[in-house]
Amino acid sequence: MTTETATKPSGSVTSHQALTEVVIRFAGDSGDGMQITGTQFTTTSALLGNDLSTLPDFPAEIRAPAGTLPGVSAFQVRIADHDIHTPGDAPDVLVAMNPAALEVNLRDLKANGVVILNTDEFTARNFKKAGLETDPREDGKLEGYRVFEVELTTVTRRALEDSPLDVRGKDRCKNFFALGMCYWLFSRPLQPTIDWLEKKFAKKPDIAAANITCLQAGWNYCDITGLFQVRYEVESAALPAGTYRNINGNLALAMGLVAGTRKSGVPLFLGSYPITPASDLLHHLSAMKHYGVTTFQAEDEIAAVCAAIGASFGGALGMCSTSGPGLALKSEAINLALMTELPLVILNVQRAGPSTGMPTKTEQSDLLQAMFGRNGESPLPVIAPSSPADCFWAGIEACRVAVESMVPVILLSDGYLANGAEPWKLPDIADLPDFPVEFHSDPEGFQPYQRREDTLARPWAIPGTAGLEHRIGGLEKQDGSGNVSYDPENHQRMTDLRAEKIARIARRIEPLAVDGDERGKLLVLGWGSTEGAIMGAVLAARAEGLTVSRAQLRWINPFPANLGEVLANFDQVLVPEMNGGQLALLLRAGFLKNVTSYPKVEGKPFYRHEILTKIKQCLEVADAN
Amino acid sequence: MPTETPTLTKKDFQSDQEVRWCPGCGDYAILSAVQSVMPELGIPKERLVVISGIGCSSRFPYYMDTFGFHTIHGRAPAIATGLKTSRPDLEVWVVTGDGDALSIGGNHLIHVLRRNVNVKILLFNNRIYGLTKGQYSPTSEVGKRTKSTPVGSIDNPFDPVSVALGAGATMVARSVDIFQKHLKETLRRVAEHQGSAFVEILQNCNIFNDGAFSYLTDKENREVEGLYLEHGKPLVFGPPGAERGIRLDAKAMRFEIVSLGNGIGPEDCVVWDESRPDPSLAFMLAQCHRPEFPTALGVLRKVDAPTYDAGVIAQIAQQQERMGTGSLEELLYSGETWQVAADGSITR
Ligand code: SF4
Repeated sequence: MTTETATKPSGSVTSHQALTEVVIRFAGDSGDGMQITGTQFTTTSALLGNDLSTLPDFPAEIRAPAGTLPGVSAFQVRIADHDIHTPGDAPDVLVAMNPAALEVNLRDLKANGVVILNTDEFTARNFKKAGLETDPREDGKLEGYRVFEVELTTVTRRALEDSPLDVRGKDRCKNFFALGMCYWLFSRPLQPTIDWLEKKFAKKPDIAAANITCLQAGWNYCDITGLFQVRYEVESAALPAGTYRNINGNLALAMGLVAGTRKSGVPLFLGSYPITPASDLLHHLSAMKHYGVTTFQAEDEIAAVCAAIGASFGGALGMCSTSGPGLALKSEAINLALMTELPLVILNVQRAGPSTGMPTKTEQSDLLQAMFGRNGESPLPVIAPSSPADCFWAGIEACRVAVESMVPVILLSDGYLANGAEPWKLPDIADLPDFPVEFHSDPEGFQPYQRREDTLARPWAIPGTAGLEHRIGGLEKQDGSGNVSYDPENHQRMTDLRAEKIARIARRIEPLAVDGDERGKLLVLGWGSTEGAIMGAVLAARAEGLTVSRAQLRWINPFPANLGEVLANFDQVLVPEMNGGQLALLLRAGFLKNVTSYPKVEGKPFYRHEILTKIKQCLEVADAN
Repeated sequence: MPTETPTLTKKDFQSDQEVRWCPGCGDYAILSAVQSVMPELGIPKERLVVISGIGCSSRFPYYMDTFGFHTIHGRAPAIATGLKTSRPDLEVWVVTGDGDALSIGGNHLIHVLRRNVNVKILLFNNRIYGLTKGQYSPTSEVGKRTKSTPVGSIDNPFDPVSVALGAGATMVARSVDIFQKHLKETLRRVAEHQGSAFVEILQNCNIFNDGAFSYLTDKENREVEGLYLEHGKPLVFGPPGAERGIRLDAKAMRFEIVSLGNGIGPEDCVVWDESRPDPSLAFMLAQCHRPEFPTALGVLRKVDAPTYDAGVIAQIAQQQERMGTGSLEELLYSGETWQVAADGSITR
């Protein structure tokens, strides 16, 4: 953005300026409606054809004490006229609804960035609540930024003089006043939000009307006062032709699971216990009952997975949605599904741990838990989607592998993917893979643990099929008959078979694709949700003339068959991950390759510039950043 | 299509697996009773599923020639809930023990009962941990000396039927391993119940807690110590000539024992009504403990209520009626969508 010096309304003529991209962060109290404001800005921008990426950041407490630092809720959105993959490193614009929101978010703002403040909240009392000793507008903190002060509460109340709402109700509309201002500043239309408000508050027309009034008043305020002097435009991105919608990872995953079960022909049964940030999976699927989806809100995490296992035994595809602490509670039951070789899909939307950790913050630190967090020799397939929209595809793939190999599959999403949104070009339904399940029905020579050659899967023989009566359980099984067995050689054989069954999945998954040269000095290898940041950093490095390749692992267990070869083709492999270096550990152990681990556990996704700096370190180039 | 189901016999329900309980264990009698009653129920055996947790009792499914699932400790009710909810056409029976159901699996037990999932739960209560070789259980009496309580246990025991009544079970009963006739009759009643049916079966562990119920099961005690409940009949027990009854002391709000004769007849005693919607009287009876009171056997409660599994199915059907069965196109192309044309123009 260019430099503007105006800090007070001047009424002067506005100029227009085109930007290739902009990052805006809305920050306020958790009761200020910042998530809604951000989502509306996002939807409107999507309809203008911008590419975009969002990052909500909200406190774990539903309503932390108002005005305090822990109560600050924020929503960052990056809009661009070109293809982007992350919500951006630092905001260009910060809307701060109170001193606490300013205090928490100012440090991230770009130099010379725009700050829009609701000065009505800048009172001695609120400074105290935010732990500030002085007024940040006067103590030099805001030097180097372009500050726009608006008495947001006052102007909102004034705009709503004729509204029947009470003062509290009126004050709640001030986020739409701020949104109207941002729409003016970034030349966005009001209509999509007006439509949304009318639909959302169809039964409460007073609220709809008040919010619409404020939205328009915010726009008019900028237009009349000439507060900003300059207006920005971000052109639409050249997206491939097709039908689009905005999607976040949790919704995309829910849709993928419905698609996966439809394509397998078995019904979906979700057992779940509410847990942040996975609860939306339960919410979404509970609203999809008409697709034949059964959801069961269990008494605890263990019951949730057990009910799913019971459903799978009966011929549904059992699933459970959870986060790290819940996965820990489910481990014994997951092993039961592994031992009884029943299909199961376990969705872990990872959050910052250990223990309760930071429930609303993102992390990838359950990788080793997914790999090894169970008693005994217990290998399981582990898949990790790399973007919100990719959650759809990974959901389908998890279903496919679960039913094809008769095995529990762990899908590792995370808080960043779950809540982050991006435009998604909707697939042609005809392109989705089919993998119809055939239940075993022939009693002739039936053996519960007789395996298919290709997948080593045992037959899915469901209750209700005459002649197939049999017993399964968690005790070691005799190969073939499935009877309880304590035979030493049989235990070795069954352990090997269970491992080989997982290894063979590698035959049916995509090989690892390298973006850039197939061999060279440096490969940046990520897994899961880090793809956007890695891609951004690699593109930036290439723009500076560096030669860097990158690849993103989707299957962690089994690894793609060509992974060893890919690793061997590079002098250095940089592995950024939002944990203490868990994939790096697996790579070193599995391939004796001394990869360069780049761990980060701040509860925040990687910034592009962080990875770029590491790339330069690896290549021993000076970093000008 | 022929609709007749072939007549099954007890033998049809016996699997080829060697039964491996200790000789003399009460579990044999229970297995035999279940296998005898099953053929009478007219359920094709492929539609019967027996689910258990962990413990001596939980080996049960291996010995039944039906579908069976020997699961993990305490979780059988949760697994049964998932199975029954997705496959209401199946008959799902859960076999569990006092440790399995009331200790590690206590949470699942109370929730399956409060939801009224249409499953039958047989709790073998031997008041001891058998499979782990003799520690006290959540139903062991205070002061119980075991390997883990060498100077006696301190914690108060659960009374299984009281727990079930407290959780809102729609059917609650109690029987005894070796009272074969009574047990079979109880199982028949359980089978006909629509909803969660809970039966505590007093079971002798002759290895680690031999004689735990001999106060009731010894020949000479059966009539004195057993109160055999019958719906619509007064609460009367004891051998002929020395009959006693249970009367409600309305003032003190408690049951009291009265000897019949001398102007007191059965008509003065509480007439048992297992179908009372309010479980308070059943709970009061469950709380009547020896030595003052006899042990109530039979059906303490059996009421009709909508089942969870039927409710789940009905909701899905109702939504499908309202919204259709949905296509993947509809699912994905729902919400706010926009079209980008080849020339880059955008339409909503
Ligand atoms: S230990 Fe007791 S309960 Fe277990 S099988 Fe032996 S006698 Fe039966």
